[in-house]
Amino acid sequence: MSEILKLEWIDYLIMGIYFVFVLGIGWVLKKHMKTAGAFLEAGRSMPAWVAGLAFISTNLGALEVMGMTGSGMKYGMLTTHFYWIGAIPAMIFLALFMMPFYYGSKARSVPEFLKLRYDEKTRGLNAILFAIMTILASGISMYALALLMNSVLGWDFNLSLWASAIIVLAYTYLGGLSSAIYNEVLQFFIIVIGLLPLVILALMEVGGWSGLKEHLAPIVEAKGYARDAYLTTWKYTANMKGNPLGVEWFGILFGLGFVMSFGYWCTNFLIVQRAMSAESKAAAIKVPLIGALPKMFIPFLIIVPGIAAIWLSSIHPDAFKILALDSGHPKYDYTIIALLQYYLPTGLLGLGITALLASFMSGMAGNVSAFNTVWTYDIYQSYIRPATKDKEGDDKHYLKVGKITTIAGVLLSIAAAYIAGKFGNIMDFLQTIFAMINAPLFAVIFLGMFWKRTTGHAAFVGLLAGFCIALLHHGLTIPYGSDTMFKGGWLTDLLGMKENLYVYPVEMAQNFWTAIFAFTTAVSLTVGLSFATKQQKSDEELKGLVYSLTPRVKVHVDEWYNRPVVLAVIVGVIMISLSIIFW
Amino acid sequence: MGLDIRIPIGLMFSIFGVIITLFGIFTHASVDLYKKSLGINMNLWMGIGMLAFGLFMLLLVKLSKKEDK
Repeated sequence: MSEILKLEWIDYLIMGIYFVFVLGIGWVLKKHMKTAGAFLEAGRSMPAWVAGLAFISTNLGALEVMGMTGSGMKYGMLTTHFYWIGAIPAMIFLALFMMPFYYGSKARSVPEFLKLRYDEKTRGLNAILFAIMTILASGISMYALALLMNSVLGWDFNLSLWASAIIVLAYTYLGGLSSAIYNEVLQFFIIVIGLLPLVILALMEVGGWSGLKEHLAPIVEAKGYARDAYLTTWKYTANMKGNPLGVEWFGILFGLGFVMSFGYWCTNFLIVQRAMSAESKAAAIKVPLIGALPKMFIPFLIIVPGIAAIWLSSIHPDAFKILALDSGHPKYDYTIIALLQYYLPTGLLGLGITALLASFMSGMAGNVSAFNTVWTYDIYQSYIRPATKDKEGDDKHYLKVGKITTIAGVLLSIAAAYIAGKFGNIMDFLQTIFAMINAPLFAVIFLGMFWKRTTGHAAFVGLLAGFCIALLHHGLTIPYGSDTMFKGGWLTDLLGMKENLYVYPVEMAQNFWTAIFAFTTAVSLTVGLSFATKQQKSDEELKGLVYSLTPRVKVHVDEWYNRPVVLAVIVGVIMISLSIIFW
Repeated sequence: MGLDIRIPIGLMFSIFGVIITLFGIFTHASVDLYKKSLGINMNLWMGIGMLAFGLFMLLLVKLSKKEDK
């Protein structure tokens, strides 16, 4: 590891002021936390722009920022597929077609929507898997952050881990979901402003976009790609060998752009919860669209500096030593920190590190507040202590449970972080496995919203079978040259088969196809079984949950620019323009 | 829920802006410090930028309060 980054008093001052504000927001909101609804659902009172920025910010966690800058260095502009085709269509769909039902159903969580639309067992399955997945995600990112702070800043590992967890705990305990959301907005601005100097300085040094093109060409050609392969998005996706991502256009369009991204953006409660907290149905519909606007430009903030790092590390290998591991492979996740170290003078360096801390906190607070709600409403209230006739007493009780769950959630995350430190591979593996629930979940929710015939039994089987097929596919295939077990192929080993069913060229392709198989299985089984089983819910019960049974209320919006469809078209046009410019 | 988030955002960035701008002014002569940022006093520029952003947020709050009245 290279020398430790030295922070001065002014860097710590910036960080300290940030902590004061984050905790202060929680403190100010404390007096409003009188009911379970206020604590767990932010009292459904958020303006659209606040929830919209929180929507994006909670997704912009530390692992995302570190990972995407690293991917910029690894795959170049192809990484933008995760921000454009792999996010925007799904966000538009969520806004226009799904939010009216999520919000209108009065469900307090995605699992609860499943209960209202289908039945208890479908909700239970989703709630439990979601709760485990959330804790895993928050533990893994906490471990990554503490490790980074330890190796780069020389801070004590345990202290970094506990201190960051306790700050997140403090403000989510004080102000619940509102505090998480308001802080996510504040954190969003710090992430953007704190990392902004990187792209400015990197582009200045390399001589702008044209300079980047020129300087990258020989490096990229040496790797065996076309000279602009790292600065284009779709151009070399005719076959998987031509682009550094290793996936062809169909995999990107259908695997990432449809199955993976709709699975993530439209069903992940962590994300949907932000939109559900909006003050009205009209605001809830706008939340994902408002979030989509900054989302499309985040690549310029974090991916472009990562691409510049390809050139920087070739001309200043000493300055980018941090990326080199003993094994000889670069540690791509540390690209962002190498850039911070390389470009930022004392003062702005403190702000840059604060931006990383802020991104960590926005991700973790998102996990904690989503876990909270699902545990309290979908597990505790459903299976441990159902609501009684005493409404007021119940509310007090669930508020208390929500608060205790916040503490428990943070402690569980800390435990998960230590397990991740000891058995990192296993944790990554578990996270991959649990993420496999997303694609079938989207299939089931989508069918439920748009086809009134879909039954609870069919949905449950579809969800479970989709998950099992995903496991099966992951267990029987492997990315080329990877270790068996954690990256796939574990079932092949277990069954004593000689060869894997299929060897993918890269892990990403395997992930895309896992999702595609899971989704297809879930759709076909849910449709098939819906014909074979009886609908348990009456049309009256499904009102507000299914498209064809919900009376359409015309919402009058005076200003044309406030209409969701107009906003959606603007977002869509910007995305298509960006894709064409960086074709 | 009883909080205009633009106030803390405006306050925080104004404070950041003042601190970083002052630091930029006092360290302006330091060639070593700004070798990293290509010889540009990035503290000064980003400091001014953050101060402007912070004050703009606070101005928005003030304007919306006036409108309410």
